[in-house]
Amino acid sequence: MTRFAAGSRVRARAADPDGHTRLPRYVRGHVGEVIEVRATWPLPDQAVRGIVHAEPVYAVRFPAAGLWGSGSHWVIIDMWESYLEEAP
Amino acid sequence: MSDGHDELPVAARVRRLEERLIAAGLATDSELDEILERVFTSASPVNGARMVARAWKDPAYRDRLLADGNAAAAELGFGAGTRGYLLKAVQNTPAVHNLIVCTLCSCYPTALLGPSPSWYKSFAYRSRAVREPRAVLAEFGVELPGGTEIQVWDANSETRYLVLPLPAEGADGLDEGELASLVTRNGLIGTAVR
Repeated sequence: MTRFAAGSRVRARAADPDGHTRLPRYVRGHVGEVIEVRATWPLPDQAVRGIVHAEPVYAVRFPAAGLWGSGSHWVIIDMWESYLEEAP
Repeated sequence: MSDGHDELPVAARVRRLEERLIAAGLATDSELDEILERVFTSASPVNGARMVARAWKDPAYRDRLLADGNAAAAELGFGAGTRGYLLKAVQNTPAVHNLIVCTLCSCYPTALLGPSPSWYKSFAYRSRAVREPRAVLAEFGVELPGGTEIQVWDANSETRYLVLPLPAEGADGLDEGELASLVTRNGLIGTAVR
């Protein structure tokens, strides 16, 4: 069972991790919508330390206006589950 | 693939890295050779173009491609090259244009698009594609109508994207090979109409 599903509103975590991550800075703290559950893949933040910790990965769609303050396009990016928290 | 790079510092670094991988037992010489052979001889945008042409010609294949990119690639003999990631085809329509970027590095499905062009790896493209795709597309000569929605796909994970462009007008009479010849690498990335 995954924590989120298509349609879930989610916020990308804002914290700056100590080490490697695939959570780019430009989405941190921003609210998007899950469009699909991709798969379950090892979390790169842990894999880089030799720890295999698999998590659900979601395709999340962010509106450009939310990310940049302007623009009408969408940015879709994959998010490991621990990169996300529920958004109201 | 290209000659004359043997003396570059990066070539020496790659050789040392290969030696370390082999010494550590993480890969063998022949495995590395096999991977490079595959990348440089069989990885080509001709492969992606063949998938697009088939999708234009055969709506059932198009539906399978959109539902399961890996299976659709395997159908045309590209299963080995696309193993190891989730292949997603994203379909352009009159209302939606898709663009691929990897903001973290330069990921894309090499087996289907060939080695990535230098601009795809550039900091400028990687930062601007997500910020101002319409301006980036205009610099590539792609002028979209104002109402066209743009979707930018950041390949930051294990998903690799392939754009399924809109077919050319009047292409109905062409056979699959002729259709494939209309498709460019940039079309498969989304920086060309097809």
